[in-house]
Amino acid sequence: MAAIDKYEPGTSHFLLGNEAIARGALERGVNFVTGYPGTPSSEIVPALAQCTQKGKLHAEWSTNELAAVEGAAAAATAGLLSLSAMKNAGLSLALDFITHLSYTGLGPKGGACLMVVCDDPHGHSSGDETDSRWLARFATAPMVEPMTGQQAVELVKYAFDLSQKHSAFVFYRGYTRLSHASNPITMGELPTGAPKASSDSSVSLNPYLSIDKHQDLLAKMEAIRAEFEQCPFNSYQGPEKPELVVVASGAGHLAAAEALETLGLEERVGLLSLATIWPLPTAWVVEHLKNAPQVLVLEEVDLFMEAAVKEALVDNGLGSVAVYGKGSGHIPMSGEMTPDRALSALARIFDMKAPARDEAYERLVQQEVAPLVISRGLSWCAGCPHRASFWALDKAIKADARDAYVTGEIGCSTLDVFPEGKAQIKLLHSMGSGTGTAAGLGQLKPFGYTQPVVAVCGDSSFFHSSVPRLINAVYNQADMLQIILDNSATAMTGFQPHPGTGNTAENTPAPRLDVAKVCESIGCQVTIADPFEVRATTKVMRELMGKPGVQVLILRRACELVRMKAAKSHPYRITIDQEKCKGAECAVCSRDFRCPALYLDPATGKTAFKEQICSGCGICVEICPFKAISKQEND
Amino acid sequence: MPLSPDPYNLIISGIGGQGNILLSRLVGRLMFRAGYQVSIGETFGAAQRGGGVFSGVRISSKRLYGPVVPQGAGSMIISLEPLEALRMISGYGNPGVKALVNSEGIHPVAVLSQKASYPSDEAMSAAIHKATDKAWLFNATKIALELDAPIAVNIVMLGGLVATGALPLDADEVADEVKASVPPHLAELNLTAYRRGMQAVAGA
Repeated sequence: MAAIDKYEPGTSHFLLGNEAIARGALERGVNFVTGYPGTPSSEIVPALAQCTQKGKLHAEWSTNELAAVEGAAAAATAGLLSLSAMKNAGLSLALDFITHLSYTGLGPKGGACLMVVCDDPHGHSSGDETDSRWLARFATAPMVEPMTGQQAVELVKYAFDLSQKHSAFVFYRGYTRLSHASNPITMGELPTGAPKASSDSSVSLNPYLSIDKHQDLLAKMEAIRAEFEQCPFNSYQGPEKPELVVVASGAGHLAAAEALETLGLEERVGLLSLATIWPLPTAWVVEHLKNAPQVLVLEEVDLFMEAAVKEALVDNGLGSVAVYGKGSGHIPMSGEMTPDRALSALARIFDMKAPARDEAYERLVQQEVAPLVISRGLSWCAGCPHRASFWALDKAIKADARDAYVTGEIGCSTLDVFPEGKAQIKLLHSMGSGTGTAAGLGQLKPFGYTQPVVAVCGDSSFFHSSVPRLINAVYNQADMLQIILDNSATAMTGFQPHPGTGNTAENTPAPRLDVAKVCESIGCQVTIADPFEVRATTKVMRELMGKPGVQVLILRRACELVRMKAAKSHPYRITIDQEKCKGAECAVCSRDFRCPALYLDPATGKTAFKEQICSGCGICVEICPFKAISKQEND
Repeated sequence: MPLSPDPYNLIISGIGGQGNILLSRLVGRLMFRAGYQVSIGETFGAAQRGGGVFSGVRISSKRLYGPVVPQGAGSMIISLEPLEALRMISGYGNPGVKALVNSEGIHPVAVLSQKASYPSDEAMSAAIHKATDKAWLFNATKIALELDAPIAVNIVMLGGLVATGALPLDADEVADEVKASVPPHLAELNLTAYRRGMQAVAGA
C-alpha cells in the first residue's frame, strides 16, 4: 500500500475509510495529528504518519486520548490545522478537557481542530457500543458524520472550514462500517506551503466566567446550526409528495437506499440524509418532513437523531407526524444498522413481505449445516507470552489458596475473560482500570477483606493511564500486586509504538521510558521475570501475592507477532515423543494450556502440532508434565 | 460485462492471520479496475486473535452498495478454512451460492479444550456441496506448505477463484496485480502459489 500522499490528484484508489479521512485531512492541509490507538480508529494516525514533513505535518501516538486532544487543541490555538483520532471509549477520557474547550474556542489565530471519534456499533472489537453522538450534545459542540468513503474525504475539508470559521473544534464521527470499509476514492489536490505557528499572548483562553462563555457558546452553536441548514452534504432524494420519509445518517444512508431498491419503494419514499449530526439543521429537516405523513429514522446506535427529529417536529407544531424507528420498535435498540434491518422496518410499515430465504434451503441449512458450525472463540496467538503469564497466575492462585482476586483492563490480556482464556480476571472495565480497582480493594483490610489483590495491565496501558492509579495506590497505602505484562507493544490494536518502545509513530527514535524505573520512582517494590520461565514466575507470584504495600511484577517478553516481524524466523523446531506423550489421559498442553498449535490427533490418540500455526516458541516444553515435547534451535 | 447476480456479493472468510483482508482487497482492486463499483466491509481488531474473520466484497455495475452483505444474499463464498465456509453458508447461503474452499481445517480453541468437537472432513465436504449450487474444495494449505510459504494460502485461493470463472477476471491481469501487491523478493513465490491454485481448481 502506497503512502496516501503519493496518489496523484484525479486518480482513484481503493482506500479504507480511515485512510479516506486521513487523505481528506492531507488535502485540506492538516499540520498536527495526534491520537491513541483503538479499534476502529487506529489506521488514521499511521496513514498520516507516513506522510510527515518537518514544519508541515507532524503525527504522533500520544500517551493517551486526553494528551492527544490537548496537544491537538493547543496546536490549533497556535494557528495550525490539527486532528486528533480515537475510539469512543477514548473520548470519554478526554471529556474533561473537551467540555472546557467548547467554552474557550480555539482563539484568534485562525487554527482549526477536528476530534475524530470512531464508534464501534455492535461492539465488533469493543467492550461497549456507546454512541458518541450524545457527547456532542453534552459538550455543546458541532458533529458531522460521513455516509460513504468519498464523502468522508470531502466532509473532513468541510469540517475544517467550519472549525476555522467559528473558532470551534468539530467532532467528526466515524464508525466501523465506514472506518473499516474500503471503497474507490478519487483524489483531490494536495496543498503546498508551510504554516508558521505562534501563540497570541494578548488573550487568555480559559472557561471563566463560565456563565458568560456558555451564553456565547450557545450563540455560536446557533450560527453553526444556520450553516448546517445549507450544508451541501445533506441531501433529499425522492418524490415531492412522499408516503414516508426515511431520515438517515451514517450507515443508515446506504442501508436505506438498498432496502428501498429491494422493495421497489424508490418512487414512493423519500430519503433525507444528514451528514450534520449536531446541531440538527431544524428548519431544513422540518421543511422536508412537513408534508410527510410518516417518518422512519435509520441511524446507529441509539435513537439520537430520532429524538432530535421528534423534538423538531413537536417544536414546529408537527407532533402528529408518526415517527418510526427505535422508539416504535421497528429497529432494535442495540447493534449496527444493516440493509436487513432497514428492509424489515420498511416492509413492516408498508405491510409488504420482506424477501426471505427459500424455505427448503432454510431447512437444509438448519438440519445439515448449522449443527456442524461450532463457535470459534478468541484466544491468545501461538507463542503469546500472556498465555504463559496467565497459566502461571492460575497455578500461583491455586497454590496460595486465599482466593486471590484479580482485576484487569483492556488489551490482549482481556482475552483471559473470553471462553478460552484462563478465567482469572474477575473485575474488568476500561484502560488501566485493573490498577484503580485493585487500589480500592487493597484498602479494605479494616472491613475484614483478607483476599490478596492482584491487578493486571499491559505496557501501553501502563503509560496510558495506570500510572496515576498506581500513584494513588502508593499514596493511600493499598496492599496489592500489580502485574505488568510488558510485551513491548500496543498489541491488540496493531503494534503501535508507545513511550516504552523507543520509537514514535513516524518511526523515529524516542526516549525509551523504563517501566521498572517509573514504578520504583513512585515507590513500588519491583520484580522482573520472564513469563516463559513458568515455574520461576509462579514462585515469584506466590511470594509477592498478599505482601504489604504496592508490589510490582513486570513479566517481560516481546509479543510473538512483534518478535516474528523483526526476526522473520521461529526460534525452535518442536518434536513430540509419541512414546512419552500420554495423549488423552493427560492433554495438559492442548486441553488446559490451549496452545492453538497443539491438538489431540484422533488417529493416534497422541498430541500433534500444526506446523503452519506453531511459532516455535518452545513454551510447550515447559508445560508438558511428561517431558514428551522437546525443542531444537533453528539455524 | 454484466454480473449475475448484481450486486455480486463475495464473502471471503478464514481465521485471523490467514490473509483474507489482502485477498479481499486484491479482488476489490481488480474488479474496480475492470469498471465496477466495489465496497469491502471488514471487521478486524480483536477478531485477529484466533477468531473467525470475514470480509464482504460487494461488486456492482449499477451503483455503490454499502459494505454489509444482507443475510442469505451471498453470491460466492471463498473460505480459507472449511468450518468458516459452513458458518458463512449458514448466514449468507442460498440455492444459487457458490463456494471455493480450502479443505485444511484449523481447530478452534474450544476443540483443544475438549468443549466441542470438530466436524470430520467428510461431513464438512458433504454439507458444503449440498448447500451450494457449485463448490470447489481443495487443500490450499498443502500447496502453500509445499512452497514453504504457509502464509501464501490466500494467493493460492486467488488462483482458485480465477479458475472457477465466477468473476470476469483476466488471469494475466490478476498475476500482474499479485506481483504489484507483494515485496519484489516474494513476487516469484506468490506467482507460483497463484498458478498452483489455478491448476488445482482447473484440474478438480
